[in-house]
Amino acid sequence: MATENPRPKLTQSSPSLMASNDELIKYYSEMLLIRRFEERVGQLYGMGLIGGFLHLYVGQEAVVVGVENAISRQDPMITSYRCHGHMLARGEEIGRVLSELAGKASGSSKGKGGSMHMFSPENGFYGGHGIVGAQVPIGTGIALSLKYRRLSNVCFTFLGDGAANQGQVYESYNMAALWKLPIVYIIENNQYGMGTSTARAAAQTEFFRHGEGLGIPGIQCDGMNVLAVRDSALEAASFVRAGNGPMIIEMNTYRYRGHSISDPAKYRPKEEVKEVRETRDPISQLEQVISERGILKAENLKEIDQKIRLDVRNAAEIAREAEQPASSELYTDVYATQAITDD
Amino acid sequence: MIDISVRQALNEAMAEEMRRDDDVFLMGEEVGEYDGAYKVTQGLLSEFGPRRVIDTPITEAGFAGVGVGAAFMGLKPIVEFMTFNFALQAMDHLINSAAKTRYMSGGRVTCPIVFRGPNGSAARVAAQHSQDFSSWFAQVPGLKVLAPYSASDAKGLLKAAIRDPDPVIFLENELLYGKRFKLEEEIIEPEAIGVAKILRPGSDVTIISFSRGVEWCLEAAITLDQSGTSCEVIDLRSLRPLDMKTIVKSVKKTNRLLIVDEGWPSMSIAAEIAFRVQDEAFDYLDAPVMRVTSKEVPLPYAANLEEMALPNENKIINAIGSMK
Ligand SMILES: Cc1ncc(C[n+]2csc(CCOP(=O)(O)OP(=O)(O)O)c2C)c(N)n1
Ligand SMILES: [Mg+2]
Repeated sequence: MATENPRPKLTQSSPSLMASNDELIKYYSEMLLIRRFEERVGQLYGMGLIGGFLHLYVGQEAVVVGVENAISRQDPMITSYRCHGHMLARGEEIGRVLSELAGKASGSSKGKGGSMHMFSPENGFYGGHGIVGAQVPIGTGIALSLKYRRLSNVCFTFLGDGAANQGQVYESYNMAALWKLPIVYIIENNQYGMGTSTARAAAQTEFFRHGEGLGIPGIQCDGMNVLAVRDSALEAASFVRAGNGPMIIEMNTYRYRGHSISDPAKYRPKEEVKEVRETRDPISQLEQVISERGILKAENLKEIDQKIRLDVRNAAEIAREAEQPASSELYTDVYATQAITDD
Repeated sequence: MIDISVRQALNEAMAEEMRRDDDVFLMGEEVGEYDGAYKVTQGLLSEFGPRRVIDTPITEAGFAGVGVGAAFMGLKPIVEFMTFNFALQAMDHLINSAAKTRYMSGGRVTCPIVFRGPNGSAARVAAQHSQDFSSWFAQVPGLKVLAPYSASDAKGLLKAAIRDPDPVIFLENELLYGKRFKLEEEIIEPEAIGVAKILRPGSDVTIISFSRGVEWCLEAAITLDQSGTSCEVIDLRSLRPLDMKTIVKSVKKTNRLLIVDEGWPSMSIAAEIAFRVQDEAFDYLDAPVMRVTSKEVPLPYAANLEEMALPNENKIINAIGSMK
């Protein structure tokens, strides 16, 4: 019976903070890359290089970086439209991600997908989905394929706190528990779904408990602490890999920007954002650990930042100069072979 | 003279109908405290309170079904979809629950509900957020489908939809929300459902469209007029029922027909009209019916490909230029 699943032991309240110096620097650099990338992308939108909807990941960097560093690229990942950070964490080239945002032929989807629809299957990343909640059953299907092929990998399916209320999420939980699928649901609880706070959208705001009735163990994690995130993902992955069925991790995190670039975020006080930035920022927190342990000096950290800024700036230049997709691309990729055209 | 945007017109229609009838209420994502994702519902929460303006979770399948249940009990819900792309999650309730219950119950249970929100392409938001579902809904017996262009029709037809005893799919367009129109006088009464409108009389060719397509047609007609082609522009306004009388009468006068439909061409509104016109007015056609539609691809993000994929006034002008 599903309810007999052992609850995994976790170290959430006091994360081990066990990491080598190199690991700490790696996590730091990966989070900073996402931060600088998103900041630049926000500017480029203002300058007209990017169009349509744009959802930035600023503030939430520790979630994807922590998870990525707990698993391998053979463990698939899937998420919503808020996907640039996931693309970068999975190792897609910066220039290709930026070119996609600019709608250029050199983009990761040849310019056809844009900000919300990005994929990197070679790196185990399956999108990039614009419709709230849709990635959850899809991720569950990816998990089904892993089990079907008798692989020992685990699918990490990311969803927002708003998405967590969708019916298809409950349906996915049930199938995953019923069939003991190798999947970890990562709820990125950034406290708001667009302008709606979790308390106005969910009767049970402790999202890690949403699988209780189905016997799915859930845990809560400080999603602003990359080491805590990594540890929780490691624990969950080993529990799931052992054939115990799904797990839910609720990552408590925060988005600094509006829901999308066009959202002035009037539904929350400015002080709330300020306080999180000042007291819980995932990058500052790690920077402090690195300094306190004497791993790197301030000037070394600055060098890392400068290198990242340069990489992002170069990627933006590549994207700006790149060609638009050729007209002939309009009808490619609709089908495997010949497109159906009307003219 | 009143100067009003489509957004304001829709807002007024809802506010006035809610004042008039306590059974009318609104539900959807961000319709209340956020004042609407596209600000169409601005001020309604402060006037009518949370009993009648209900913010829902992002659960389209659920709240569409909840709306249907409330309508079975005689309430008149207005269910807003933030965009119709998300109505796909609620399709079962729109088609299987809302559209069919009157029939299945032999007329004993009815569903007076309005599902409304923006439909059609928006700017650069790519395949999952940019598509025209008009023909999907217009195919279903039991539904009425409205797709207004002007502010006066937005108001008059939304009022009609709210008062209608059957489920109405009310297709708005994000890119028209800010468009302003001048009205002779205030719209107070509902507009009749199922009647097309001739926006510009002409003698050489009939151009039919709906929603944002009308804008392209009117602009094309001005250009074509200057080069000596007189276009009669018809705004369908209602896709189901379809006003064939007005269409056929016009074709009998101009003997030529172009249909502008933002949907994909296969199995489209354009295809249906072309069939019906050849059925009812074959002998009056001097040339094959033509159409300007989207291309048969999911809408691409890249600006140049997006432009290729969608109809616009130049494509209309070229099509008419190539008409036999
Ligand atoms: C089915 C559906 N309904 C509505 C939307 C519009 N929408 C896009 S994102 C969003 C909020 C989602 O919030 P959450 O799941 O918390 O994710 P976050 O944006 O905070 O990362 C909404 C309502 C959509 N894309 N899909
Ligand atoms: Mg959220």
